[in-house]
Amino acid sequence: MSRFLALIRRELILALRHAGDSVASLLFFIIAASLFAFAVGPSPAVLSGIAPGVIWVIALLAALLPLNRLFAADYEDGGLDQLMVSGLPASAVAFGKIIGHWLTTGLPLLIIAGPVAIMLRLDAGGVPQLLLTLLPGTILLSLVGGMSAAITLGARGGTVLLPLIALPLMIPALIFGAAGAVTPHPIAEFAMLLGLLALFLPLAPLAAGAALRAAVS
Amino acid sequence: MLEARSLAAIRGERLVFRDVSFSLASGGALLLIGPNGAGKSSLIRLLAGLTPPAAGDLLWQGDNALDDPPLHATRLCFVGHMDAIKPGLTVADNLGLTRKRTRADILAALATVDLDRFADLPARLLSSGQRRRLALSRLALSDAPLWLLDEPTTGLDAASVRRLEQNFAGHRARGGMVIAATHLPLDLPGAVPFDLSRMAA
Repeated sequence: MSRFLALIRRELILALRHAGDSVASLLFFIIAASLFAFAVGPSPAVLSGIAPGVIWVIALLAALLPLNRLFAADYEDGGLDQLMVSGLPASAVAFGKIIGHWLTTGLPLLIIAGPVAIMLRLDAGGVPQLLLTLLPGTILLSLVGGMSAAITLGARGGTVLLPLIALPLMIPALIFGAAGAVTPHPIAEFAMLLGLLALFLPLAPLAAGAALRAAVS
Repeated sequence: MLEARSLAAIRGERLVFRDVSFSLASGGALLLIGPNGAGKSSLIRLLAGLTPPAAGDLLWQGDNALDDPPLHATRLCFVGHMDAIKPGLTVADNLGLTRKRTRADILAALATVDLDRFADLPARLLSSGQRRRLALSRLALSDAPLWLLDEPTTGLDAASVRRLEQNFAGHRARGGMVIAATHLPLDLPGAVPFDLSRMAA
């Protein structure tokens, strides 16, 4: 356990020292949301109607930005070899880095999503419900994205391949998440999101661990 | 006691080596030699549990070591040909990255490679030889009995090589084992030179 916490601490230190990656994805999120406001026009009726969907899609894209460096930076400088001989199973290494991605990308996106939703004229009353869908949403994104990043590690054109693997896998979460943000009693939608979490919480670290073992061998 | 039995490695479609067998007792050292491409790095990575062997067994105290790679990892300290140094962190923070260490431990480890004066320098300012020394200072922080090193002396000056040889001698005197792959001369008294080119398929 102490090794696992040490890995998360390592990820946070590196993210703080190279804060540019996390800040870039936050800025992308804010700028892309404003682009929608400019393109669609300032009409509150239209904007508030599309706001939850827009926020879900651009949160997805913003969280993808730092993913191609999630394992690649350590893969290139030998740090991944050191993590693999740190006494942790490969799946735990993958899970620790996925948690690191959520803490440094998913959580900040979740925090900034509220103000951005209000900028897009979403009713203040609808914001908590949107954030409630984004909480499992961003976790799913880190899991699916981390798994995709591990699978494409070391592959030629991995940067292009990564979104092509991660985005289709995120479609179910997007459907139920964006719907859950606007339906009055989104019990079924939340049940689906939690079901997806129950699927990917064990699956993604295991798959990513196997991919990491293959990448270093 | 580490024992290799008929290990073989395949890179891509090519059989790099086969029938590699040796045994290493506590305090022992093994010097892997051979031309480029003979499989020195492959064997080191295999012994570290990073690469599964194509054939053969690796035994630790008689038990199959590669059955449980995380457990095997706790017995070894691996310094590969890549330095695993984060240029954005200081020299000292690089050593405290994967595990929290006290400042005194870090300075003592840096002293073994004569880098303690540069503890607070950003690692990106180090020369390639100094980066190598920083990577080697991880050995001093590890309490693992088995040291696995891939070309440890690349880029080191003569004084640093001598210091490294002293560190090896000290580790072996405490009952540790050293396995180093190199094509440069390295003084490991009593070490068995193991020529991998003879094992080529």
